[in-house]
Amino acid sequence: MEKGTEKAWDVLKDLTDPELPFLTLDDLGVIREIKRNDKNHVVTIAPTYIGCPAISVIEEKIASELKKIGISTIIEKSFSPPWSSDWISENGRKKMEKFGISPPHPRKADTIGETLLKDVKCPQCASYRTEKVSEFGSTACKSLYRCLDCKEPFDHFKCV
Amino acid sequence: MKINTADMVFEGLLRIADDNLILGHRTSEWCGHAPTLEEDLALPNIALDLIGHAQTLYCLACEVNSRYKNEDQLAFLRLEHEYKNLLLVEQENGDFGNTVLRLFYFSTFMKYFWEKVKIKCCFTKLKEFSEKAFLETSYHSKYASQWVITLGDGTDESNLKMSNAIANLEPFLGELFNNDDFTEMCSQNDFLPEPTSIFDSWKDEVKAILQKGNLDFPDIILKKRGGRKGEHSEAFGYLLSDLQYMQRAYPNSSW
Repeated sequence: MEKGTEKAWDVLKDLTDPELPFLTLDDLGVIREIKRNDKNHVVTIAPTYIGCPAISVIEEKIASELKKIGISTIIEKSFSPPWSSDWISENGRKKMEKFGISPPHPRKADTIGETLLKDVKCPQCASYRTEKVSEFGSTACKSLYRCLDCKEPFDHFKCV
Repeated sequence: MKINTADMVFEGLLRIADDNLILGHRTSEWCGHAPTLEEDLALPNIALDLIGHAQTLYCLACEVNSRYKNEDQLAFLRLEHEYKNLLLVEQENGDFGNTVLRLFYFSTFMKYFWEKVKIKCCFTKLKEFSEKAFLETSYHSKYASQWVITLGDGTDESNLKMSNAIANLEPFLGELFNNDDFTEMCSQNDFLPEPTSIFDSWKDEVKAILQKGNLDFPDIILKKRGGRKGEHSEAFGYLLSDLQYMQRAYPNSSW
């Protein structure tokens, strides 16, 4: 790691996602790179979705947190390689399940929503007898499922 | 046709961005009106994706044309004839079947469009963007195709409504695949694919889905066009007055 960017990483690794506040941006794999140019730190982020409304909040958060420690920031969005749910850390997946969201499976190449494993596990009762209710859930990154055993509805994080 | 590269890139980005913005706006009109709660979440989510695509493309367009300082200026402060979107996307929503059929037509087209940009595009930032856009439009196409099958293969009434939607949208499909001097130039310069080059893949997929829904594939010949030249239908003026209201009433307002 480049010297001088360590401090920035230290601050940014604890920032949380506005829509999934129990996850950090680091858990999600949204922050891709921090580089230094002459005067600024250039932070590259990979948006989970192109139109994700949380992105501007994330950008503001990053800039204001770094400003507090005297670092001025330029934020760049990167779509290549596109953000993938495969980048969510193991720790992040565990936290999701704890908060009632079924974490994403490994994805098939070049698709959204199609997974290598078929079964979605209910985060409440751990049953695999579940069904999809809607392709879209409360945010763009989730679809809505229902457990056929405990009857509870739950969000499943899509494979992207 | 002679035009410099920056103008070509600007015009090309504008066409795609305007299609996405206007269909995004139309789709957002379903918010609070969809037939079930799940669809009331799905449609605004898709609208958000479409408007997100438009926003990114407008930002890229501003980078090559200093006349516009930000994406809001392009989205909200142009005059009617300056918008270059297809007539297809500006038509009123009609019923739910008509809405999902149009979304199916458009997102399937865009899926194959982005797939080609991913392989070849001289504008690096657009090429990078297409990787993500391809994934999202594929998802929209799949979502809409399921409704086309469900409604087409549903009751007599839902099948009739889907057949009416096919007839209703038919006059606007020719423009989707209409090559002109500009699209030819974009393709010669390895910037954007020619619309006709997408037709075969699009047709195969749309035909297969319509067949599953017991629906007939429409005739695709050029009937109505004008959007790409800024000549719009009556519905567009009403759409713009709604879309632009805030920026016109409170210039430079922001969140």
